[in-house]
Amino acid sequence: MPLTEALIATLIMAAVTLLTRALPFLFFRRRKQPPLLGFVEEYIPPMVMLILVVYSVKDVKWSSAPYGVPELVALALVAALHLWKRNALLSIFGGTTLYMVVVQTKVAALIFGG
Amino acid sequence: MSDHHSADDEGTARGAPQAEHAGFSRRGTLAFALRTTVPVFLGYTAIGLAFGLLLQRSGYPWYLAPVMSLLIYAGAAQFLAIGMFSGGTGLVSIAIATLLVNSRHMVYGLSMLKRFTGAAKPYLIFSLTDETYAVLTSTRIPPHVDPKRAQLYISALDQSYWVVASTIGALAGAFIPFNTQGLDFALNALFMVLFIEQWKASRSKLPFMVAGACTLLALVVIGPQNMLIASILGSIAILLVVRKGLPGNAAD
Repeated sequence: MPLTEALIATLIMAAVTLLTRALPFLFFRRRKQPPLLGFVEEYIPPMVMLILVVYSVKDVKWSSAPYGVPELVALALVAALHLWKRNALLSIFGGTTLYMVVVQTKVAALIFGG
Repeated sequence: MSDHHSADDEGTARGAPQAEHAGFSRRGTLAFALRTTVPVFLGYTAIGLAFGLLLQRSGYPWYLAPVMSLLIYAGAAQFLAIGMFSGGTGLVSIAIATLLVNSRHMVYGLSMLKRFTGAAKPYLIFSLTDETYAVLTSTRIPPHVDPKRAQLYISALDQSYWVVASTIGALAGAFIPFNTQGLDFALNALFMVLFIEQWKASRSKLPFMVAGACTLLALVVIGPQNMLIASILGSIAILLVVRKGLPGNAAD
C-alpha cells in the first residue's frame, strides 16, 4: 500500500493497541473494583511470566537440527546463574553471550551436522 | 530485579538535597531504572534494528519506523504490519489482526489497576508492553527509590530503546558493524530471570503448575501463533476455579 495509507494504518493500529492496553482501566473507571482483584494482582504476574518463558521459544524448530538445544542450554545457564548468584544482569549477559556464540559460530551445526 | 545497592546510589539516598520526598533520590531512581532495563535495552536493540531494516527494505521511507514505534509501540504487531502494509491488506483486517495479537495486554492492565496512578497514568497504560509489564511486576524496588517515578522511568526508557533502535535499523541497518544475531535472546533470558524471581516470591506454586500445563496444552493444540492469549485466559479460568486452595486473599 502507498505511504499515506500505511500512515493511516499506523494510526488505526496505534488506536487498537492503546484500546487493548486501556480497556481494563476504562472498564473499572466507574465500577467498583471486584473483590477478586487482589487475587488477580497476586497470581496473574507469576502465571504470565512462566507463559512468556515458553512464548519466547515458541518459534524454535524442535524437530530439526539443532533441535532447540542452543535455546535450552542457554536458558538452563540463565536459570543456573540466577539460582546461584541471583544477579539478574549476570544471568542475562551469561546466557545471551553463550547463545550468541553458539548461533554465530555454528557450534550447534558442527555438533548436529545441521 | 536488582537487589544490589551500589555505592553511588547509597551516597545520595538519605537527606540529599535533590530528594523530593524524604529518603527518595531522583538520581538513585534513574540509576535504578537504567540498571533494571539493561536487558530490555539489549533485546529491544536487536529486535528494533531488525524491524527498522525490514520495514525500510519493504520500500517505505525510514521515518515510518520511528512513527510506528512512537505511536503503536508493540513489537509483534509492528512486525506483522510490515507484511500487511507491503501486501496491501485492508484496514479492517489490519485492525482485527492488531486486536488479536495484542489482546493479552488487556490481562496485563488488569493487574496494574491500582499501581498506575497520577499524571503519568495515561503514558504508563499506553506503554505497557510484555517486557515493561514483566519488569514492573517482578522487580523489587529498593527503599531509596521512588516507586512511582521508577515505574515511569522504566516505561519511558524501554520505549526510547525501541524507538532509537528501529530508527537506526531503518536508516543504517545494513551497515551495523557487529553481528547482532542471537542478541534478541536477552529477552528470553529476561523472562527466565523474572520467572525465577516470581517463583521465589510466590506463596503458592499452584499458579505455575496451572500455567505450565495450560501453556504446553495451548502450544500443542492451538499452535505457536495464538498460544499466548489462549494459555493466559485458560490459566486464569482454571485458577479461579481452584482458588480456594490458594493462600491469602485468594479465597474471597
